[in-house]
Amino acid sequence: MPEFNEKLILPDIADLHNIEVYEQHGGYQALRKALTMQPAAVTDEVKKSNLRGRGGACFPTGLKWTFMPKDSAKPKYLCANGDESEPGTFKDRQIFEFNPHIFLEGCLIAAYAMGIQTVFVYVRGEYATWIKLLQKAIDDAAAKGYIGKNILGSGFGTEIVIYRGAGAYICGEESALMNSIEGERGYPRVKPPFPAQFGVWGNPTTINNVETIANVPVIINRGWEWFSKIGAPKQPGTLLFGISGHINKPGVYEAPTGTLLTDLIYKNGGGVRNNKKIKAVIPGGSSTNWLRGEEIEGVKMDADSLKAVGTAIGTGGIIVMDEDTDVIRVIARITHFYHHESCGQCTPCREGCGWMEKILNRFLAGQGTLADIDLLLDVANNIEGNTICALGDAAAWPVQSVIKKFRNEFEKRARKTPQAHSYVPPPHLVTAAS
Amino acid sequence: MLSEQNLRKLEDLRKKYPTEKALTLPVLWMIQEEHGWISPEAMKFVADLLHLPLRHIYGVVTFYTMFNSKPVGKYHLQVCTNVSCQLLGAEKLVDHVCWRLKIKPGETTADSRFTVTEVECLGSCGTAPMMQVNDRYQENLTVEKVDKLLSELK
Repeated sequence: MPEFNEKLILPDIADLHNIEVYEQHGGYQALRKALTMQPAAVTDEVKKSNLRGRGGACFPTGLKWTFMPKDSAKPKYLCANGDESEPGTFKDRQIFEFNPHIFLEGCLIAAYAMGIQTVFVYVRGEYATWIKLLQKAIDDAAAKGYIGKNILGSGFGTEIVIYRGAGAYICGEESALMNSIEGERGYPRVKPPFPAQFGVWGNPTTINNVETIANVPVIINRGWEWFSKIGAPKQPGTLLFGISGHINKPGVYEAPTGTLLTDLIYKNGGGVRNNKKIKAVIPGGSSTNWLRGEEIEGVKMDADSLKAVGTAIGTGGIIVMDEDTDVIRVIARITHFYHHESCGQCTPCREGCGWMEKILNRFLAGQGTLADIDLLLDVANNIEGNTICALGDAAAWPVQSVIKKFRNEFEKRARKTPQAHSYVPPPHLVTAAS
Repeated sequence: MLSEQNLRKLEDLRKKYPTEKALTLPVLWMIQEEHGWISPEAMKFVADLLHLPLRHIYGVVTFYTMFNSKPVGKYHLQVCTNVSCQLLGAEKLVDHVCWRLKIKPGETTADSRFTVTEVECLGSCGTAPMMQVNDRYQENLTVEKVDKLLSELK
């Protein structure tokens, strides 16, 4: 396929947030088309397009929709995940601001395909400004008969309700998100049962990322075949890449999956500030494994290519660090984040994240020892895979990868320690003994 | 504890959710918007209003970082110090704000005008460093911009 330059989700059209402008550019035509199709045919279209979730797990969206029971005596729900709290990620916010109707249209099509009468849009509480913008878009769409009972005379009806979060990263985890909507603390649930069987209030529920849903109208308008040929074959379409850190032109850039990481950094992002060398890159938000500066050449930004180099696409939040960066300071800050955001249900994550933070802070204070490096790794390894949700893994992976890629920096710091000792007991033992 | 307008809004919300518990966060938001924080009396009020145990309300208020269980100043300055902001000098920004206001992170000035809090990623990484002043995002900050901003907040 020739180079694909089209922007599907955030095209360069002024005032696209305005419903009239959106309609002039073909807006809500996909909804009209979908309403003439059988619901199962809509799902099938999405399934064949090979659209994958944009929230980090890359699960096939159409397949997820087929898990919903066709006949259900209970109400069914769609939850759009706009919690967007992964450090380095700021894409959904752009959709709410610049093209909210493509997202709402996607919600309506998804609701029609799955026979859903209520869509909850879970938006992080800090996005007060964007909640207002989105509510305005919902009101405008409802006034035109796109949302509500008997949409466009089809007999099908659904409502879209914004649910405002209140500051909890964990609520981006789908089952914690559902608990939050139920008015609970954001505790992830043990799976199975999966949301399609037992979701909000025990009803069949599908949770999709905001960006994922925004792709749906494009697929319905242009057809699955066209969509499936964009970018990387196994994860087609465009992604909204967020580029931040030591970069000349940080921002959100839409590009096909499989775009070179170096192109995003140097062409879109305008290169590194002050022409410095790159020390490290986080490719997909703070939970993904780091790449050293010399490893980024030739790396493509799609799920399979990043997996091949030992990391992940995550949410597409690229964080660039220049040659002067203190990587231990950065990983200590990231670990503090996971410690703060751990919901506290599972001991390995609740305690382990705090221990990792303490050990990293010892290095920052010049008190880390050589044995601390292995202790840190040991704690990380014991969190990984031992928790209900993926937050524990998300905290462990970056620590493991920084030790792997920058062990020499830890060793350099450790040598400066005034009183080297070989074993540092975990903090709880220290407290118990004193 | 809640205005007539919010109580009416609550009646509309009741129709959207199958349980009273689901109204916990929306009602707490209303309380915080009206009072700036959620006092123990307010928690009791919400518990009675929604027919829920007080421990549930307390649990929710203390779980979510945006709910203030202590009073905050007229201007709540929430400075992001997470990775993208950190890389562009957010730590210095916090130091500067605290130095100007003569308080530490988490504290409120004696005249109750400012509270400074270090917060986690606010989804503003492309416009780092940044802080939130009450509901508004202030982005691409420098020390000079912060000084100007603080002098404008009365």
